[in-house]
Formats: sequence, structure tokens, C-alpha cells
Amino acid sequence: MSDKEKEKKQETNISRRSFLKGVGTGTVAATVAPAILVGDAETAEAQTDGAVSTAKIQLNINEKLYEIEVEARTTLLTVLRDGIDTGGNNVDLTGAKLICDRGECGGCTVLVDGKVVYACMMLAMDTQGKQITTVEGIANGDDLHPVQEAFIKHDAMMCGFCTPGFIVSSVALLNENKKPTIAEIKDGLSGNTCRCGTYPFIFDAVETASEKM
Amino acid sequence: MASWGEASQSRLIGKRIARLSGKDKVTGKAKYTFDINRPEMLYGRILRSEVAHANVTDLDLTRAEALPGVKAVIPLIEVGRKLRYQGQEIAAVAAETDDIAKDALRLIYVELEELPFVVTEADAIAEGAPQIRDDWKGNQSNPGINEDGDVDAAFSEAAVTVEATYHTPVQTHVCLETHGHVVEWTDEQNLTVWASTQAVFGVRNDLARRFELPANQVRVITEHMGGGFGSKFNAGVEGLAAVRLSRMTERPIKLMLTRKAEHLVAGNRPSMTQHVKAGATRDGRLIAYDMRGYGTGGISSGAGFNAPYVYHVPNRRTERFNVAVNAGNQRAMRAPGHPQGAFAMDSLMDELAEKLGMNPLEFRRINDSSEVRQAQYTLGAQEIGWHRRNNVPGSGTGVKKRGMGVGSGLWGGGGGRGTQARVTINADGTVEAVTGTQDIGTGIRTVIAIIVAEELGLAPTDISVKVGDSGPGLPSGGSGGSQTTASVAPVIKTAAAAAKQKLFEHVAPLLQAPVDDLRIGTGKIYVASDRTKTVTWKQATGQLGQESISEGGNWDEELRQGGVAGTQFAEVEVDTQTGHVKVLKIVAVQDCGLAINRLTTESQINGGVIMGLGQALLEERIMDPQTGRMLNANLEDYKVPGTFEIPEIKSIVFDTHRKVTGVGEPPCIPTLGAIANAVHNAIGVRIRELPITPDKVLTALAEKKA
Repeated sequence: MSDKEKEKKQETNISRRSFLKGVGTGTVAATVAPAILVGDAETAEAQTDGAVSTAKIQLNINEKLYEIEVEARTTLLTVLRDGIDTGGNNVDLTGAKLICDRGECGGCTVLVDGKVVYACMMLAMDTQGKQITTVEGIANGDDLHPVQEAFIKHDAMMCGFCTPGFIVSSVALLNENKKPTIAEIKDGLSGNTCRCGTYPFIFDAVETASEKM
Repeated sequence: MASWGEASQSRLIGKRIARLSGKDKVTGKAKYTFDINRPEMLYGRILRSEVAHANVTDLDLTRAEALPGVKAVIPLIEVGRKLRYQGQEIAAVAAETDDIAKDALRLIYVELEELPFVVTEADAIAEGAPQIRDDWKGNQSNPGINEDGDVDAAFSEAAVTVEATYHTPVQTHVCLETHGHVVEWTDEQNLTVWASTQAVFGVRNDLARRFELPANQVRVITEHMGGGFGSKFNAGVEGLAAVRLSRMTERPIKLMLTRKAEHLVAGNRPSMTQHVKAGATRDGRLIAYDMRGYGTGGISSGAGFNAPYVYHVPNRRTERFNVAVNAGNQRAMRAPGHPQGAFAMDSLMDELAEKLGMNPLEFRRINDSSEVRQAQYTLGAQEIGWHRRNNVPGSGTGVKKRGMGVGSGLWGGGGGRGTQARVTINADGTVEAVTGTQDIGTGIRTVIAIIVAEELGLAPTDISVKVGDSGPGLPSGGSGGSQTTASVAPVIKTAAAAAKQKLFEHVAPLLQAPVDDLRIGTGKIYVASDRTKTVTWKQATGQLGQESISEGGNWDEELRQGGVAGTQFAEVEVDTQTGHVKVLKIVAVQDCGLAINRLTTESQINGGVIMGLGQALLEERIMDPQTGRMLNANLEDYKVPGTFEIPEIKSIVFDTHRKVTGVGEPPCIPTLGAIANAVHNAIGVRIRELPITPDKVLTALAEKKA
């Protein structure tokens, strides 16, 4: 390592140490090298000591009303997947997945008043009074939506973990654009990520579905 | 002799059949481990190191334990031990909600003494680098050296030689369902575990051994699994922690890795750097090869790669070693060692061909002994329109330049012994097929249904297939090495055939015919010598009364065969102003033996191509030498292919023989070289380091001008 690089590295360490001091951690540097605080105790305490503030809200999910107690920080996705209603029943709508946890992959895509949203990026409280549709609400009872039929026919899935998100995005795309071109399909589904590489058959499926709708 | 029969005789095998899990997957009903909610279930989380190398000098869990809603906290490292990479486990918590578990992690007090670290291969092998493994000299393993023929003499005979360095970075698996488990002790001696795994029985045996339980008292369930790609074979630190936390709290627990942890600790494809020199004769025979190379598998070894690859070189010398860095361990990743080896070899082949003034496809034909690939070259070249390729690389005009390239691969597959299965025919006509394999997205469930339905004259949807559960006690191996179908299919087929035979014995008296004169038709059984005598399937099974037929199967060498070949052709368009590479088309010609389900086989080929494309153009774990951390441990900065990157893909299932082999891994191999060679053909400059990002293209173009 050159002297300049060493100097640079030292600077980085110093600034990190000052930062830790700044947030007032209780950690003590044990040696010349700075101790690293992995957690952030005081912030956590501030959030969790004493009563956590919660509120009862009503959500309309797939045309069914749920009454749920949530914290301000509770996301819509948390309610769908892990929520327990005030009657003690699991909401258990686990079709939407948490994959990237930052609005990048589309695994948690749902419709709110007909518009695609990432449920991991939406606070549950903000969806009160709105119509929430998850992948479980796309079919009409046992009658699958044309998009769902086409996904099965074209094998537009492998592991299937991203599939619910793609289904919801595809339905939303076709609701807005009945006959999308391949470029428009790619654009409409660009917010969804698949790792198995099912894209070509997804494009085929959306084309087929568009012919049926 | 057992056989899969002629293609013309197959009603279902080899056809395109929709997967059985389709409806559950498109409606959101398919339950993955991540989706399992158990009554009274707790949520687990793991506190991980944010530093690359440190001694743990203090660890205090008491404040986390005191947080309301926290039910248990356990250390995962002892004070006085070393943390050796970012992401390494420090402690785990179990809490009433996931959010409380998150809060609790922040209340854990850790004191660390930071140690010098290295996170890049270059830093690790530089003089004076801190040694990070006690058992190696420096940060390099002892080299493995191989020599065949007379390399020096061959080089003196070579008309042309090429000397180059090729590099591929660490790639992470990016399983969309992260590693994890839901654990429930049904009583003190019985454990049920939902695992996101490629090896139901592997995880069962692992947990039984570690917790000293009889194997049949551990039940592992994987009904659906959200991607593994080679990284999900063991319970892992997280699985063991979940079992401990569940035992302490006497509550079920769900513990899934975060996206960040998935990048850091759940495995990766090792990097590769190879310095290679190769020589060929004027008439295009590859005769000399000398390679010194290494890769990093993180703190562990295992950074192997194939060199030379595919093409035969009679005189060769190779020296390879591992480099240790302070980063998470490598794990098997889709065709371990092959894609990186193929990228280097296919690039090298093109460089030699160019020096010889030879068409790179012709040069391959001369040096490739595989008859299958020779036929694939012809087919692939036709499909891509190889005649349109630039004879002089970079000779296209305009800002956006097009080019074509070719790459090749090989794989084993062919399955192995060790699967037990049972096919049951019930009096009501229902049929069940059970085995302990797992469907990791490849569609083995449907393959099993197709085989049983073909044998019994039914439809695949008539067969109830139960996989992904160790409960029935019918083991099968882990899904790795593209071995699942070839391991399972022979056993399922022989089980179905045995069940059919038993049914014939019950039906023979009714049809007043000898058992060996009975045949299966679609939905019926008939007498071969008098086709007017038939019974429907339901009438036949009605003969069973209160009984069921339940038959096992056996491994049959005649039904499977190892070894596949593949080749791919790519056409790309390179924007010489932005450096952006757009893949226009990939033709993938892939042998996989008998494709039992042509539809899901095509899906596998598409998937392999797309993962190869990611490695060629996008994917790279970026380590920060200043902080020792991974800079792109998320899905925003770690780029995997999205809709805009997807070219037209022509997946060709190349039929060779009617024995089952497997196709999961091989289609991801030839893509890298094909794309890299196409980029060279487009712009006339070679990029020897993946991924081929715009900055590298622009730099290469600038250097060419200068």
C-alpha cells in the first residue's frame, strides 16, 4: 500500500470513528483500531421502550374487509403476509413476496385502486379506504384470468417465486394497454425481476393473454 | 431390456406439457418456506459482522433479551474468536414480530478489535499482504500442476501463438427466496422443518446428526422452492440457529436471510483469472497450451475452473491455485467452473483463429472431437445466419455496430443411484407417485407425472405427485449436477411398470386372458391378441376391492446416460458512443438426452442463457478495499438481467438419444464466450474481463484509436 493510500485509509477510519461518537454509542475502542458498533442501541431504545404506538385500521383486500392493528412503520406487505386481524386470524395472503426489500424487484407487486404498487414500499396506514388487489384476487373464483391461463400454457415460470408479481404487473399492463407490442411488454414488466430466466415465455404469455382479453 | 421406447410410440414423453404446479404458482397459492405461517410462530433474525476481519472482544446480549417481545437471543460466535468476513454471524434473536427482531439486533452490544483485511485477489497476492488463513503460506493455496505431452516442443512448432489474461469476477446466486427455514418441534424428540433447500434428505440427515435425533424423527418439507442454483444444500448456520431458538422458546420460528445476507454469506461463484498462452499450426490444429490461473472462493478454497475446455490440446501445462480474501465462501453455482473456463477458452479460440486468418467456427470444427457439437455448429450457424458475420471484426459502419460470436460447453449429468420411489394405484382409480426429491423450479414433479401417466395410459394431471417431503421415508439425492431427472426418472418408470404389472394380474381373470397378453391403452387395458376385449381404467382398478397396489422402483442403467454437448451463437449490437452492448439474439443448441418434457426443457435452456448473459454483461460482486465491505449487496446495484436485457432466444432441444441425461446447468455455459466473441466481432477490440460493461467498451475503443 502506498503512503498516500495508507493516509486515505486512516482518514476513513477516523471519520468513521467520529461518526460513531456522533450518534452517542456506548461502545469503547478497545485498541488502536476503532471498535465497531454493529447495532445502534439508543435508536432502538427510542423506538421500542415503553408502549409501541399502534392503531386499528380497516383494509379492503380482495373485496374483503380486514380490521388490523398496525404500527406506523408496518408496511402493506407485512400486513398481507404476516398480519393477524383483530379476530386473531392470519391474513395469510402470501402470494406477494418480499425479495429485495427496497422497491426494486417487483416481487411484492399488488394493485391499489387498480394501480401497480410495491407493497414493501407502502405503509399499511396509507392504504386505508383503497381497493387492494393481490395475486390471490386476480382470478374470479375458480376461473383463472387470461394472464394466469397463458402463464401456465407457456410455462412462464420456473421456481415461481417472482410469478405472483409478474401476474399482477401483466394484468395491470393489459388493463391499460390491450394490445402491447413486445417493447411495451418489456417496458410494462421492467419493474419485475426473475432469476430463473423465464422472461421469453412471460413475453409470449402476455401476448397470448392480450389476444384473449 | 428397459427402454423409453420410440419417439413415435410416446404419447406424452418428449411432448410440451404444462407444469402441474402452474395453477398454484399463478394464483399465489403455492407455499414456499418463506410463506409458511405456523400458530404462535416467532420471527428470527441474525446479527452479522459489518467488518471484514476482527477479534470479538465483548458480546453482551442482555439488553436485547430484555426488550419486550424478544423470546430468545443466542450467540453465534464466542468472545475471543475471529470474524473473517462481512456478514459472518454474531448472534441470533427470536421475537414476536419481525420488526421487534430487527429492533433487538440493534440492542446487542459487540466490541471488536479490527484486524487487517484483504478483499480483492490483487491485494491478497500483493507482497506484504496480511495473511488471513493460518493454514496457507501467504494467501495462496499450494498450486495444482498438471502437464501432458511436450509443451515447449509444441510451442516451437506452432505457427501462431496467443498470450492473454482473462478474468471473470465473483458472481452471486441471487436466489429470489433467500435461504431459510421454518422450524417446529412437535415434541422434544420430533422436529419438522420447512426448508428452502435443494436437498430435502440432505438437510434431514444434517439436522438429525447435529441434534442427535433419529433421522426418521426429523421431517423436512420443501413443497416449493424459490431458486437455489447450487447454493442450498445444507441447513447452514441460519438453520441450526433456528432449530436452537425454537427448542429454547418451545415455539415455531421462521428465520429467513435478508437480501443483503444472501449476497454476503449464501455462496457465490468464485472469480477466475488466467494467464494463458496457446499455439496452433498453420492448418488450424491447437497443439500447445500453457495456463497459470487462480480464483477466489472467499475465505475458503474451491475456486476451480476448467482449462483448457471443450477443445482438445495434446500438449498442455496448467498451474492453478486458490486465493483467500476476507469475503463469504463460494458454493457450487450452476455448472461450477465451466462458464468461466468456457469464456476464457472461447475467447482464446477466437484470438487464435483471427491470427490464423481462419473463420472461428472452422477453427473449432478442426479441434472439437464431439460429433454432437459438430452437428450443433451446423444447425446453430444456420439459425443465426453466420454468413452475415463481419469477416473483418469491427468493419461495420455507423455508431451501432453488430457482430456475431460462438461458444461451446459440455456437462455430465446422467443421474445416479440412491432414489427410492413408490407408485400407488388405488381402487378408485387414483394414482399417486411419491419420492423424496424436490422441485426446485425445474419441473421434476411434472416429469414424474408424465412418466407414470405414459406407463399407465393416463393424463399427467391424473397423477398425484408427492415430492419435497422426507416424511414418507423415500430418499432421493440433492438436486445438483443436473442429476435430478436422470436419477429419479428410471426409478419412477420401473415403479410405474411394476404397478402396472400388478394391476394386470388383477385384471387378467376379468378379461380371461394371460397377464402377458394385456396392454395399456389410453384410459383402458386391452388384450393384445383380441383388441375387442377391453376394460376401462376405472373398471380395472375396481378389481382391487379394498386393496391398493403400491410398488417401488429401481435404478436402471439402461434408462440413463451421462454427457451432454451444447453450443450457442450470439448476435450483438454495440453502441460505440455509449459503450452499451445489446444482445439481439442467442441461438442455443443444447443436447440433453431424452427431454421428457420439452416445454420445461426449453424453459431451462432459456434460463441458462439468461444467467450466462448476466455473467457476460452485468453481474459482479464489488468489494471495497477501503472498508472490506461489498458495495452492491442488494438488487439495485447488483445487476441481474431484467426485461430490457432479454434478446430473442432460440432454444433448440437437440435430440441425440433416448436416455435421460439432464439439462439444468449446461445451457448457462457457452453464452459468455459467444457474447464476448460477438462484441469483438462487432467492434474489433477484445474485452478479456467480464462483465462487459460500457466503461470497458469505451476504454477499449479509445485504446484502439490511440
